[in-house]
Amino acid sequence: MTKPMDKIGWRELEVGCVILEPGNASEYLTGSWRSQRPIVDEEKCIKCAQCWMYCPDAAIYQRDDEVYVANLDYCKGCGICADICPKDAIKMVEEE
Amino acid sequence: MRQGRVGIEISIAVAEAVGQCDVDCIAAYPITPQTHIVEHLSELVADGHLSAEFILVESEHSAMSVCCGTSAAGARTFTSTASQGLALMSEIVFIASAMRLPVVMALVNRSLSSPLSIWNDHSDVMMIRDCGWVQVFVENGQEAYDHVFWSFRVAEDRGVMLPTILNMDGFILSHVIEPIEFVDQKTVEKYLPQFRPIHTLHPDKPVTMGAFAMPELFTETKMAQEDALVQSKPACLKAWEEWKELTGREYKAVETYKTEGAKTLFITMGSMGETASVAVDEMRGAGQEVGLVKIRLWRPFPVEEFKKAVEGAQVLIVIDRALSFGFGGPVASELRSQLYSMADRPKVVDFIVGLAGRDVQPEAFIEMAKLAGEKVDSGRDDEYEIYGVRE
Repeated sequence: MTKPMDKIGWRELEVGCVILEPGNASEYLTGSWRSQRPIVDEEKCIKCAQCWMYCPDAAIYQRDDEVYVANLDYCKGCGICADICPKDAIKMVEEE
Repeated sequence: MRQGRVGIEISIAVAEAVGQCDVDCIAAYPITPQTHIVEHLSELVADGHLSAEFILVESEHSAMSVCCGTSAAGARTFTSTASQGLALMSEIVFIASAMRLPVVMALVNRSLSSPLSIWNDHSDVMMIRDCGWVQVFVENGQEAYDHVFWSFRVAEDRGVMLPTILNMDGFILSHVIEPIEFVDQKTVEKYLPQFRPIHTLHPDKPVTMGAFAMPELFTETKMAQEDALVQSKPACLKAWEEWKELTGREYKAVETYKTEGAKTLFITMGSMGETASVAVDEMRGAGQEVGLVKIRLWRPFPVEEFKKAVEGAQVLIVIDRALSFGFGGPVASELRSQLYSMADRPKVVDFIVGLAGRDVQPEAFIEMAKLAGEKVDSGRDDEYEIYGVRE
């Protein structure tokens, strides 16, 4: 997006509101919706990747040290990862 | 291909016109009274007369969904439906216009259930009145045939890019055989250029269509859509002008018949204009100052043309073919609203007439003129009436 959404005038929209840069939804940081964030206990994590598979926003990624953590730009704090973790290694904590 | 003046069922003529427009795709589900149009198109495709994809779908919802997909891929696309079929496809009808996909749909007007009825009125189109499509009404077979070409021409205009509904009355038009003047293929080629979409679905240049909009942007998307429909009017008028140059047949956004000096005007949409004109002839013969105004272009609504057509009239008798329950006739309601700012506005008397194919003879118009006079004299002109209903 060249402009923030709340600055775009109606005359600037493409015919039919077509988006010419596919995948630009990634520019929209949905992490701002979050009220809780997942905290991973790195000692407990067995790198099974179930949190990565179940995350509905594809917001979990594997760090170079192989531990799975959430990308907080996109994590909406739904808690599915904490729920699915077989080792209870993920805790949801309130955002400040 | 047929040529010259042909005695033909109007549905078949409409299908032939769609074939002459060389459509790329037809997706439809059969429903009375639209069936003959899509049946004939499937024959044209099956017999090799028309090179197009005829996509059999399991519902009207799917029909319009397919139409959106094929139109987005750059295919000239046609469908047809009526009544319950339109109700089922209505979700996608609104999406087609917002996505600016120039699908053409013949809406063979039929009443909505219940009670179940297959016959004609305008309750189906009034249900989707606010769908954002260009909407036109025709009065007879020639107009129906001609407006297939007009609909594609307007819809695919690079400055319009909006889907278009061709309203034709079920049975009264769709199943009637009339003499219709066919145009030759050279005329069609002159009139209707190749479909050149602005954006298409293509793997070489991926785009996103039908995306999501946050509250910060949604209002702007609707303003853009509203502007597109309002700005389509010059293209509608130009498409009629060029049709006249090529065929000699003249159409206007608002048609008038014997309106000179008329104090009372009937207002009709669709085939009932023909019946009303017979009544007007008779009443004029008896010295009554009556005339007829026929609204052809329903959306975008031709405000200026309408106001000019009714200038000088004291009473408008609106023939509504649908009822907005708890309010009155939708056409009369809109016309009152348009006239409200006029200093010398005429009275608007609203009759709901001919629901679900109930026959309306010229005598009914003569009686409505009498009733309208009584309503105006007694100050009851703002009460709508379901004409001819039995106690």
